[in-house]
Amino acid sequence: MLELKNIYKTFNPGTINEKLALNNLSLKLADGDFVTVIGGNGAGKSTMLNAVAGTWPVDEGQILIGGQDVTRLPEHKRAAYLGRVFQDPMTGTAGTMGIEENLALAKRRGKPRTLRRGISRQEREEYRELLKVLDLGLENRLTSKVGLLSGGQRQALTLLMATLQKPRLLLLDEHTAALDPKTAAKVLEITDMIVNRDHLTTLMITHNMQDAINHGNRLIMMMDGRIILDISGEAKKKLTVRNLLDQFEQASGTQFANDAALLG
Amino acid sequence: MEIINLINALPGAAAQGLIWGIMAIGVFITYRVLDVADLTVDGTMCTGGAVFIMLMINGCNLWVAMLAGTGAGMLAGLATGIFHTVMGIPAILAGILTQLSLYSVNLKIMGKANQAINVNKYDLLVSLRYIRNVPIGKNTILIVAVFTVVIIAILYWFFGTELGCSLRATGCNPNMSRAQGINTERNKVLGLMISNGLVALSSCLLAQYQGFADVNMGRGAIVIGLAAVIIGEAIFGRIFRNFALRLLSVALGSILYYLVLQTVIWMGIDTDLLKILSALVVAVFLAVPYWKTKYFTKPVKHGGQDNA
Ligand SMILES: Nc1ncnc2c1ncn2[C@@H]1O[C@H](COP(=O)(O)OP(=O)(O)O)[C@@H](O)[C@H]1O
Ligand SMILES: [Mg+2]
Repeated sequence: MLELKNIYKTFNPGTINEKLALNNLSLKLADGDFVTVIGGNGAGKSTMLNAVAGTWPVDEGQILIGGQDVTRLPEHKRAAYLGRVFQDPMTGTAGTMGIEENLALAKRRGKPRTLRRGISRQEREEYRELLKVLDLGLENRLTSKVGLLSGGQRQALTLLMATLQKPRLLLLDEHTAALDPKTAAKVLEITDMIVNRDHLTTLMITHNMQDAINHGNRLIMMMDGRIILDISGEAKKKLTVRNLLDQFEQASGTQFANDAALLG
Repeated sequence: MEIINLINALPGAAAQGLIWGIMAIGVFITYRVLDVADLTVDGTMCTGGAVFIMLMINGCNLWVAMLAGTGAGMLAGLATGIFHTVMGIPAILAGILTQLSLYSVNLKIMGKANQAINVNKYDLLVSLRYIRNVPIGKNTILIVAVFTVVIIAILYWFFGTELGCSLRATGCNPNMSRAQGINTERNKVLGLMISNGLVALSSCLLAQYQGFADVNMGRGAIVIGLAAVIIGEAIFGRIFRNFALRLLSVALGSILYYLVLQTVIWMGIDTDLLKILSALVVAVFLAVPYWKTKYFTKPVKHGGQDNA
């Protein structure tokens, strides 16, 4: 479903802030793969997702989504194939617009924006049903401004928006990191529910090793802009945090910088 | 300081306020909807009227001339949009560049700094002669009010369409918009064109009203526009939540601005000082929300359960 071939990305080339963020990165996801991504701060996890999303062009390499080369496609065109949820709950929604308006914007992802009504009555009913499933009471607040919602509510709504048009690929960048533990668990639960229900191919970055182990069918670990561990199948099912740290040390030849944080 | 002089002057002030109100609605679209402060308008506020008058003088139909004036404004918006999106120039600077270019363009359109149009020779839509003692169908205040209502109705419809919604999203959160497949660059250009089209339309009306177009007639327009937006929000913000009513509050804000201005002039203030006073009033109003968050927000209490 997704194929990254020998991707390079350097930020601020030719300056003292030059940073090789993706270093010959290659990755291939099968249809229906749910891949969790871990790695220390600055390992290049977000950069990998942004490369897929087309936030900026990559320096070298090729990106294929569903067999189609999107390497040169601008961000808003690639969006037709992608659902995205970001770390900051503010990023994924339009705060001054209503819940239903945000959903209506997402419903039209990948379609031309015409002079037809921005939201139809029929849609409203559909959204009400979908919001009910989240069990956050949002189904009765369709016209409320999204800016009034809590971080967790916004992330759950963003998830719904990302998957309203079934994406070929769902990109989650630490989408629970800004939430308190209880809310984070709830949003993760919703994530699992939606991914399983719609059989979505998913890349989920998390800073929590336990979450990375508990979710998905495959786990990759990044360091210095490359993938240094790739565990799937039975091996993934048997993983423990301790075991993962040991494997990391072997693969990288270093101690994990912030064990404690990652064990969190 | 005869009060009768003031009373006689107020209808004219209201008419001017209404005409500038259409310009202010244009400013609202860039400043509030797109979240861009577009300085093109100082130039566009002359371009519309200049194109209009030159076409009229050359025997063009009034409606065609107004349409052409409006179109010229949209082209100015397009220029700023291209500076901003294609050439990556910050929006404020892009607007300033177009504004400066328009000074030359406006001079070239008119051939000199000032072109008059005589309301006795041409059948104009609005004029300062048509304020009192004219049949109701010719009354300038009424005609501009109808223009304003129609424009608000069209904008209300437009910003409720798929395209209009995507424009609002672009101004609110460009990252989210791109993630939802919205072409934010194109939308910014479109918004700038709509805004400057409205400003130029207002300019066409103003040129007719005052009987001339002048290369300096748009100087400080952005400040007047912002003043109208801010006054409208300050007075009607709590009761007018609906988008159409918010646009109406901008028009009302502009009328109030001109009524107050007329009163201040009547009170005998040195008119040389009007621009600095306007600027300072706008500066203070712009500062209020900043001061509010900086000095008057209560710290948020933590500890409460944040329910997902
Ligand atoms: N837009 C950017 N401009 C400059 N440097 C960046 C940018 N995005 C990421 N980087 C740098 O690239 C490296 C990888 O960052 P990132 O992918 O965000 O790491 P993480 O794995 O923590 O998500 C870091 O050194 C970061 O500072
Ligand atoms: Mg990151």
